[in-house]
Amino acid sequence: MSKLVEVPGGIIPERDAGKPPVLEARHIGIDFGGLTAVDDFDFVLGATEIGGLIGPNGAGKTTVFNLLTNVYQPTRGSILLNGVDTKGKSTYQINKLGIARTFQNIRLFKDLTVLDNVLIGMHNAMDYNMASSVLRLPRYWKEEKRAKEKAIELLSIFDMQDMVELNAGNLPYGAQRRLEIVRALATKPKLLLLDEPAAGMNPSETAELMENIRRIRDMFKISIMLIEHDMNLVMGICEGIAVLNYGRIIAKGTPEEIRNNPVVIEAYLGKKGV
Amino acid sequence: MKTRKTIPMPVRYLINGVLLAIFLVGGTIMVNSGIVSGYYSKILMLIGINIILAVSLNVATGYLGQLPLGHAGFMAVGAYTGGIFLKAVEASKAEGPVLWVYIAAALLLSGLVAGIFGIIIGVPALRLKGDYLAIITLGFGEIIRVVLTNIDGVLGFDFTYGASGLKRIPKIASFFNVFLCVILSCMVIHMIMKSRHGRAILAIRENEIAAESCGIRITYYKVMAFTVSAFFAGVAGCLYAGYLGSLQPTTFGFMKSIEILVMVVLGGMGSMLGSVLSATVLTALPELLRTFSDYRMVVYSLVLVLMMIFKPSGLLGQYDFSLSRILEKLMNRGSAPKAQAKEGGKNE
Repeated sequence: MSKLVEVPGGIIPERDAGKPPVLEARHIGIDFGGLTAVDDFDFVLGATEIGGLIGPNGAGKTTVFNLLTNVYQPTRGSILLNGVDTKGKSTYQINKLGIARTFQNIRLFKDLTVLDNVLIGMHNAMDYNMASSVLRLPRYWKEEKRAKEKAIELLSIFDMQDMVELNAGNLPYGAQRRLEIVRALATKPKLLLLDEPAAGMNPSETAELMENIRRIRDMFKISIMLIEHDMNLVMGICEGIAVLNYGRIIAKGTPEEIRNNPVVIEAYLGKKGV
Repeated sequence: MKTRKTIPMPVRYLINGVLLAIFLVGGTIMVNSGIVSGYYSKILMLIGINIILAVSLNVATGYLGQLPLGHAGFMAVGAYTGGIFLKAVEASKAEGPVLWVYIAAALLLSGLVAGIFGIIIGVPALRLKGDYLAIITLGFGEIIRVVLTNIDGVLGFDFTYGASGLKRIPKIASFFNVFLCVILSCMVIHMIMKSRHGRAILAIRENEIAAESCGIRITYYKVMAFTVSAFFAGVAGCLYAGYLGSLQPTTFGFMKSIEILVMVVLGGMGSMLGSVLSATVLTALPELLRTFSDYRMVVYSLVLVLMMIFKPSGLLGQYDFSLSRILEKLMNRGSAPKAQAKEGGKNE
């Protein structure tokens, strides 16, 4: 595990120190009516870092993901993605800029095949217009063939290449979670947001997932940020962790630091008795 | 992976193309030689027009997953555009290639004008969902009808001839050109749906939030699907004008929209073959059972209720027919049965 170094706005792994960070969230916050859901969220993610976002239920973790993808526009602060301010961009533009995500409650295109799910992820990676698709010009065939091969290649990372013709809704739970990650990867992200990827998985599946997350990072040279309640997974693969409680960051640091941080222990377990 | 016999794409297109050509030429010969009487050929033409309507509404309802109730409005726009155009160029006096140019121009113009209306209605309407979209499109359909009835009085000259109807439109519809349009519409829609654009439309139906996070421009594709739907409704309208020879605004009321919607729902939302079949059955039945046609709407309602209870996904669900797929299945009999490739193969 690499050491963390200080950069303006936060801490990133030492090996990413030379490169510009993929994500800089600068004091973002959002209010829903009078309720402040997230406040002063300040976070930097290195170019190939695996970051973790943890916290008790209702702490605002998913809201942070929704802010990063502009599902909600932040009330305060700014988000820089590879140095580009994402203010005012819509969700699909954010995806084009390089953020892909999965969802806490799986959102696959259930009535479509596994292959179609991945191909939809590659929507913007295919380059042909309406005319070429209606007239079936050579460009259509070339792009479709390339996309299909690429999709199967991506699926084979997760050993799903034999499931291409199945309906996504009929897949077993674990495979649905994996497919969601493949679909997100198909959009060629620079930053992958995983919202509770291990939810509902048994220990051996979780271990496999951990391995896969690391493998994805090394293969695609992207950074990954995940929300997770499974502490084994978080402590096992995350390099920098932020702990959120009541919408505010209460601690940032390496897994080791977080594990021993009294504020974090208090947030999770409550105060020690006298 | 095991090798499995497949039919290469060009051959698939060739097979389908040849079959469609045989159907088209054979049908025309039969109609012209009088084997199929004038009465039945009229019904066939009406079936063709309704197929285009159902298939086009299926784009917005089945593929995009919205519920527009103003399809007759787009049809009316196309019908009046085509009718007025055909009258203006005096297509009845034209012959040979000139006539064909007029017909093609009329069809294209009707489609385009209806498509433009599709964009105009689609942009505000598609911000809404479900019931709200249904109401706004319903309103649009009614507005079209009322405007067609009253516009002459406002403009001060004869344009749509109001309630008395647009009459003496050259009857340009024939078995051949109606079914050529049917085939072309089905083909274009099929080609769109089996491309990245079509997949984007399906993704929106399945899950809007996920689709957007995959980088799909929701509004753009919604409006696009809506416009394609309106375009072909316009084409169907133009054929209808050329089939009937006279148009009356009351034809394009709310009930017409419902009629088309019933065809789509009955056939199975998202299935092109379903739309084609149910349009055929629902057009032919009342005509063939003339004495029964008074009860048509009762039967419609009853069938719909029963359908929703026993098979909510429609007759065919989302199944789509592919000749090549069946042929490949036959070719691969004996070898390990595997899931078949889905592309290729047209309906009709």
